[in-house]
Formats: sequence, structure tokens, C-alpha cells
Amino acid sequence: MEPVSGESGSERGYLAERGWRSWAYTMDHKRIGLMYLLTTIAFFFIGGVFALLLRLELLSPQAKYFSNHTYNVFFTLHGAMMIFLFIIPAIPSGLGNFFIPMQLGARDVAFPRLNLASYWIFVAGFLVVIASLVSPMDTGWTFYTPYSAKTGAAVATLSFGIFLIGMSSILTGLNFIVTIHKLRAPGMTWHRMPLFIWGMYATSIIQVVATPVVGVTFLLLAMERLLGVVFFDPAKGGDPVLFQHFFWFYSHPVVYVMILPAMGIVSEVIPVFSRKPIFGYKAIAYSSLAIAFIGFLVWGHHMFTSGMSPLANALFSFLTFFVAVPTAVKVFNWIATLYKGSITFESPMLYALTFIGLFIIGGLTGPFLGALATDVQLHDTYFVVAHFHYTMMGGTVMGFFAGLHYWFPKMTGRMLNEKVARIAWALVVVGFNVTFFTMFIAGVRGMPRRYAEYLPRFHAENVISTAGAFLLAIGILVLFWNLWQGLRKGARAPGNPWRALSLEWQTASPPDTENFHEIPEVTDWPYGYGKPKGPAA
Amino acid sequence: MGKVFAFGAASGHAARVDAVFLMILVIGGFFFFLTQGMLIYFAVKYRRRRPDRDNETPQITGNHLLEFFWIAIPSLVVLAIFYYGWRVYSDLNISPVGATEVYVNARQWLYEVKYPDGRTALNEIHVPAGKPVKFILSSSDVIHGFYLPDFRVKMDMIPGRTTTLWVQPDKPGRYQIYCTVYCGDGHSTMLAQMIAMDAHGYAEWQEHRQEEAGEKEHEPLAERGERIMRKAGCFNCHAVEGPEKIGPDLKGVYGRKVALEGGRTVVADEEYLRESIVDPGAKIVKGHPNVMPTFKTTLSPGDVDAVVAYLKTLK
Repeated sequence: MEPVSGESGSERGYLAERGWRSWAYTMDHKRIGLMYLLTTIAFFFIGGVFALLLRLELLSPQAKYFSNHTYNVFFTLHGAMMIFLFIIPAIPSGLGNFFIPMQLGARDVAFPRLNLASYWIFVAGFLVVIASLVSPMDTGWTFYTPYSAKTGAAVATLSFGIFLIGMSSILTGLNFIVTIHKLRAPGMTWHRMPLFIWGMYATSIIQVVATPVVGVTFLLLAMERLLGVVFFDPAKGGDPVLFQHFFWFYSHPVVYVMILPAMGIVSEVIPVFSRKPIFGYKAIAYSSLAIAFIGFLVWGHHMFTSGMSPLANALFSFLTFFVAVPTAVKVFNWIATLYKGSITFESPMLYALTFIGLFIIGGLTGPFLGALATDVQLHDTYFVVAHFHYTMMGGTVMGFFAGLHYWFPKMTGRMLNEKVARIAWALVVVGFNVTFFTMFIAGVRGMPRRYAEYLPRFHAENVISTAGAFLLAIGILVLFWNLWQGLRKGARAPGNPWRALSLEWQTASPPDTENFHEIPEVTDWPYGYGKPKGPAA
Repeated sequence: MGKVFAFGAASGHAARVDAVFLMILVIGGFFFFLTQGMLIYFAVKYRRRRPDRDNETPQITGNHLLEFFWIAIPSLVVLAIFYYGWRVYSDLNISPVGATEVYVNARQWLYEVKYPDGRTALNEIHVPAGKPVKFILSSSDVIHGFYLPDFRVKMDMIPGRTTTLWVQPDKPGRYQIYCTVYCGDGHSTMLAQMIAMDAHGYAEWQEHRQEEAGEKEHEPLAERGERIMRKAGCFNCHAVEGPEKIGPDLKGVYGRKVALEGGRTVVADEEYLRESIVDPGAKIVKGHPNVMPTFKTTLSPGDVDAVVAYLKTLK
């Protein structure tokens, strides 16, 4: 397919129209995607500032800069913002909105108006979350009862905000499912879809099925707090552990909402920069669905020490290990894709490879927590904190950065400064590992999580971790400064700077509002790199 | 084996947990070096050298045999890990017959210990070494945790339910107990110790009904009061110096005019201090939550007098 140049009088493509109305009322999936991106990145920064404040306080074993209560508020806000306002929406609603229709060869999502509604419900949600700061939450992002039913903080307000955000993500998920079913370009069979689409399809199913559960759970919690209808308070016949079941029935599948889209991005980037077809396309595509399905059956592994029956614990442990298999398959497939490739290391590729490297560590520390004997030891210690930061930050956030760098030219029509991007990457990789690998050690040595103060025996680990966190923060600042510079004065991007084969690259950069002048006809899968029938790039 | 960590395993069970840990570490280490090694090796070896010929890479799209093996082998490996982890965990579910029983109730933010002979204590659990000890755990307010890292075990303490946990300390010693389920402002200071004693020491401790080892013959009352407060965890919530904590500051409390919820003001005399310890809900200091538990049963009247005497010295 020949790249179509953006004539139509403007080099700004879909960005041509100006003024706030052109954004606030837009039904263009690209503009909505961009608004999601900017919003979620803003919360990534706010959540990051909370993380740095936590690390600062942990420099000394005793409370030094602020009270224990303030520390508890900060870790709650760090977790809640990073999860609900950044990691869950950033890739699906941000990059997904932008690139699902483009990769499918469609002009927009199936329901553009609903898409805009999703965004504004999301905005309403985060405004309510911000309103809850009048009496800030101190329950941790998990809202465990009965503490959350008793604390004086604005639990009902915050959970209402998250309820709205959840509603927005249900609508987005629904929109994507219909889009993927109905709006594929002629000739794009299921097995010719890019793997990012497969990842987003699995993600959307989880969002539609699981999110209502957490909505209902928060409603029950609000009823208990506001109306005195008791579900969880044992003093009145409720069951506090029931809340944990409800909460993790949603929140475990949701970790796959966080990781599957990032895996999709990695599956896109690796073949492009290796000039090789993806290895085991169907295995990667179906393993996404397998992960989504098995992900619904393992929530109990968050509760091995909550007094569940030993039989239930054994079953949950058993099932948990079978999430590991499709995940391992993906890693093997990505590595095999590199074999005999012709690999270059532009920033998207660096982040994609970093994703694999860090995700391997995150993945291999999973079995310690899936196995019953060692989980009883390590549960609720820093080992868990390290494990999920390796998967969520080392995994999802690195995948997000890969996607940002990969699609930046398409979204903005500008190229990035590669040199600065590499400096940022190096700082991020070193800072990340110093921060979080140390936490594995603190966890094995027995340091419990969510501790504002700790015994002096854990001092060294915490100092090292804090130093790493500030290095990581500098790396991230450089990264976004580079994006900002690229936006302002980056070189003009050609339509297809990476010589990729998927449809979003067969348009101008930035694309016009209608994406494609003519809906493309698809005759092959998007990974036909290499010798026999590789199209002249 | 326990030397892998910075502290040793304190029981047979802990050593078995360490063995599971080590097994996963070895398997994980193998796959770590395999995958990271291949990742880096391929990335270096197949870096682009001839930009003009990069459309000549072989079009490999899969290999069914390879894919079969890398599904089958990880499946078998995780089965083995599951099985071993489950076996060792199963030992934990049935506590041995004849174990010494200790009741531990958690509340924000301390552990109340009750022995079957009616004795009580706070944040300190005396047990015999070399024998199984069974903890019967409960909570009065929110969910708390009971974590003994030296024994590699923990159990949640859930209001409205009873959970149990048993350990068998190999050797006498002091072992740290942490709260691991987030429970509010005092979560990270909710600590306790398990003191495992040899047969002789334990028997002696059992006979001395009213007080534990460490009490001195002619200890001044105020010193004894401070020691009791430290043990009871009072300073988790009350500051003597530094910034105010959850409860009212204790510096200069004696003789102070105290503003109460509801607008009344009282002078903190001996009776007020005593009442605030045994019936803390009776008079709530303005601006502080009513969360302090009663110490009516855990401190003897003599102990309370000692605490009051100590408070009077804080000027």
C-alpha cells in the first residue's frame, strides 16, 4: 500500500481545527484519544509526586517530614490515582482510542458520540475523586472493610468517583468490542488483525464483564456508610471478607486490563524493528484471550491468609499457576521473533525490549506468591510491592512508553530527538531497578508494606530505594521534556517513518480527520516482513 | 539454608518454606538467565549491519514443535511448584495435639494476649521453646495481621471470626511480630514480640503469676510506670515529645486544663488520669477520636498507679 500524503490544504491533519470547542465537542476518536492521553499523563505525574513523597518519608525509620496519617493518605492516593486514573485508562482509552480504528482501517469507532460521552464521564469521575480530597482517603486503594466502613475519610465520595470512571471504561470497552467486530476494513479477517487489536479485544471483554462488579461493590459500601445497610460489618452480622472477594473478583482481572494492551504494543513494535514476522501469531492472539478467561478464576490468591478454607486456597493457587503459562508463551514468542532479525534500537524498540526484560522479572517472581507456602510468608510484605511494580511499571508503563514513542510521529506529525530519548531510557531503566529490586530484598527480610515507620533493620534498603526513585523521576522528566520538545520543534514526520505494515502507517502523519481517503482493502496480515514476500519498504 | 536471608529460620516449618523458596529461586533463576540471555544475545547478534538488505530476514512465522514444548515444559514446572508449595502449606493447617494455646486479640493498635490460666498481657507473648504453640486470633475492630517473619507465617485477624496459627520455636529467643493488614494511623507501630523461653524459664514465668521477668525489686514507681507504658504500646498513639500523634500529648498533662468534646473543661488530676486509662471513653479530649481501648483488665490497679506517677513527672 502506498502512503497517502496529507494534502487537503493543511499539514496539521486532524489537528487543523482550533479552539476549545473543537476539542470539547469532538467526536473524532483521535482527538478523544489524545485528550485521554493528556489527562492520564497528568495523573501519572500527580501519582508520581505522591510516590516521591512516600519515598522521601521512608528515608528515615521514624516519621520525619509528615505524620503517619499523611503518609497513609499519600500511599492511598498514589495507588488509587495510578491505577484508576492512569494505568487502566492510559493505553486502552488513550492509545487504543487513537489506533484501534486506524489499525482496523475504519474512519472512527462504532459509536463516536458514546466515545465522547465516555470521556466526559471520565472527567466527571476524576473531578469527584478530586472533590474527595476535602477529607482525603486513608484506606489504601483496596478499600478493605471494616476499616473503610469506619474511617472518617470521604470513602463514599472517592468510590463514587471510581464508580463513574468504571462506567466510562465499560462504555469504552463496549465501543471497542463493537468496533472490532463490525468496522474491520474489507479483507481484514480476524487472523489478519494486528496483535494490538487482539490485546485490546481481550481487554475490552474484561472491562465489560468485571467492572460492573466493582461498581456494585462500591454501591454496597456506600449503602453501608450512608444508609446503615450492613453488608460487611461483623458487629451487625456482615462479613468483612466478603468485601475482599467482591473487590478481587474485579481487581484481579483488571490487572490484565492493565497488562494486555501493553503486551499488544510490544507485539507491534518487536516485528517492525526486527524486520521479521511476529513468531507464533495465533499463540499470542489466543493467549490474550486465555489470560482474560483464566484471570477471572484466580482472585482468591490475594486472600491466602484471610482465613479461607485450605481447599479453596489450594484451588486458587493451582489455577493461578495456569495464568503463568500463556504469559510465558508470549515472552518466548517475542524473543523468538528477534531470532535472525535485522534489529535496530530506536526508542520504541528500547522500551519494548525493556518491557520484556523487566516483565520476565515480574513474571518469575509471581510463582513465589502463587505457591501457598511462600505466599503465606511474603504476602503483604515489600516483596509484593516489588512484584507488582515490576509487572505494572516495568511492564505496562514501559509498554506505554514504547507506544508513546512508536506512535508519536503518527499522532503529532513530528519526530523525536533519539539521543535525548535514549538518555531518558537509560535513566529510567537504572532508576527503576535500583528502586524496586531493593524492595524484593526488604520483603524477603520481612518488611511489611504500608508502613509509615519501620524498624531500623530495614534502613539501608529504604535509602537505596529512595535514591533509585529520584533517579527514575529524573529519567521520566527527561522523557516527557523530550516529547514536549518534539511537539514544539521536532522534524516533520513522514507518513511511515518506521516502515511498518499495519494500516495506521499507510496514512499521513498526522492523519486527516477521516483517517483514510479511501477505505483500504486488506490482502495480507500486517507482519509480512522479511524475504519471500516482503513488500519493498 | 536459612542463611540465604538475613535471619535464620526459627522453626522446622520455616526451614521447609525456605526450601520451597529456594526451589522457586533456582527454577526462576534458570528461566531468568535463559530468557534474558536469549533476549540480549539475539538483540546483539542480530543487530542491523546491512541496512540495505534488511528485507532479507527469513520469514519465520512459527514452529509448532517448539511452541508445543514451551507450553508443555512451563506447565509441568508450575505444577511442580504448586504441588510443593501446597504440601508445605498443608502442614500449617492442622495444629499438633497438645499445643500450648494463647489467645491474641487485636485492636487499633495493640495486641491483647490472654493465657488459658487467666493471665493477660499486652504486645508480649510468652511461650515455651521446643513445643508447639497455637495462637487463637481475633480482632475487636478492623482486620489486623499477625506476622512472624522468623517463622515465615502470617494470618489475618478478622473481627467476628476466629483464625488460628501455630508455630514451634526451635530455640528460646525474642521474635518480632508485625501487623500486616493496613489498619489505620497506628498500623506501622503495631508491633509485638513473641518470647520463647526454655523449659526452666517458662516454668518459672508460669509460677510468677503477677509479673514478668525484668521487674526490679525496688523500682521507683515512675520508672515502673514508664516501663509499663512502653510495653502496653501507649507511645504508639501518645507523644511525650515531638509532634502530636493520634491521642493527646502527655507532656505536662498532669494539672493541665483539658477541653472535652461537648464543651466541658476538666483539670487533669490523678483521678482523671486513672479514669482515662481504665475507661477512656468516659471523657473524650476535644479534637481526638474515641479509639483508645480500655486497660481495665490488662493493667492491675498497682500498674495504673505507677503509670499515673510517671505521667506526673512529665513536665
